[in-house]
Amino acid sequence: MSSSLTPLPDVLVDALAANDQDPLRAAQSMLDVKQYETAGEFPVEMGYVWSTLSSTENGNPLYWDDEVAAELTDGPIAPPSMISVWFRPHNWAPGRTAVALPLQVHFDLKTLFGLPEAIMTDNTIVFHEPVRPGDVLTTYQRLTSISEPKTTKLGTGRFWVIEVVYENQRGDLVGVESYTGFGYKREEA
Amino acid sequence: MVEPTLLQTEVTAGALLPELSYDVTATTVVLGALATRDWRPMHHDKDFAVNRNGTRDIFLNTPNQAAWFERYLTDWTGPHGRLGRITFKMKGSVFPGDTMVFTGEVAETAVDELGCGWVAVDMVLSVDGETKTTAHARVALPTSTDDNPWSRQADAWRP
Repeated sequence: MSSSLTPLPDVLVDALAANDQDPLRAAQSMLDVKQYETAGEFPVEMGYVWSTLSSTENGNPLYWDDEVAAELTDGPIAPPSMISVWFRPHNWAPGRTAVALPLQVHFDLKTLFGLPEAIMTDNTIVFHEPVRPGDVLTTYQRLTSISEPKTTKLGTGRFWVIEVVYENQRGDLVGVESYTGFGYKREEA
Repeated sequence: MVEPTLLQTEVTAGALLPELSYDVTATTVVLGALATRDWRPMHHDKDFAVNRNGTRDIFLNTPNQAAWFERYLTDWTGPHGRLGRITFKMKGSVFPGDTMVFTGEVAETAVDELGCGWVAVDMVLSVDGETKTTAHARVALPTSTDDNPWSRQADAWRP
């Protein structure tokens, strides 16, 4: 993870103002609040599915044989582990002036608490409804917990848990990614 | 009819998954990064990886490692195997020239209150005996030849 700090978004500037500039109370006011709702830049398509299968030499007939897919999953689906692929932005697009950071809530918390370093300690993905070609997925992030100050061998900071929720165009839940981050300052030598 | 490769009732805690060994090349890393739409230079530009990241070469990206673990699991389960959840802990990088070795052991088996059969598997990706990534997965398997975990929807699917 980068050691640079990104500008604080307006919603957290307002949260600080509403909480006497106390960063912990400002962060706590954002618990379970939907943030950064985003739609995928393109519909789910089999080209990336087959490229991913090719990159891992994965011959699972569910993804290569239409008859198997028809019988087991009522038609083609994407491998569950590809869920985050559908949200990575194009490397370039007309009019784009800045690259969107994945997990922006994580970077916001680093800035809020003035913690220049951060690592991710755990990543869990839970899979729900299958993702199908043609689906247009949407996602949002939410902060689900934030710890008291902790000191580890890396330094002193806070742990936080951020969930990234994925839904399809019918509003069905397709997956939830959970990241545990630790933002910290290195101990002075 | 597609016959299940493996039934949940055939699996017991402590069972070992067949080992998978794979020689990683620069193509493995670059193909995996681009297939997962990860354009960051440390996954395709050796000069950047060495001089900016301080690593010895480009290295396998996280989403592609997830895809490798999924392949490793479904090689064992067959197409009826439906991944419910997976947790990763990354401890080191995988570079071109490395031979990845995947191993796995069944941690537990269970049938939930809705009759869905589950198997929990602990997996390790290692290189030269050194653990690079650990993963814990929960995968649904058919409990009989006419069961299909993929048919479970909404509240009938509790991953």
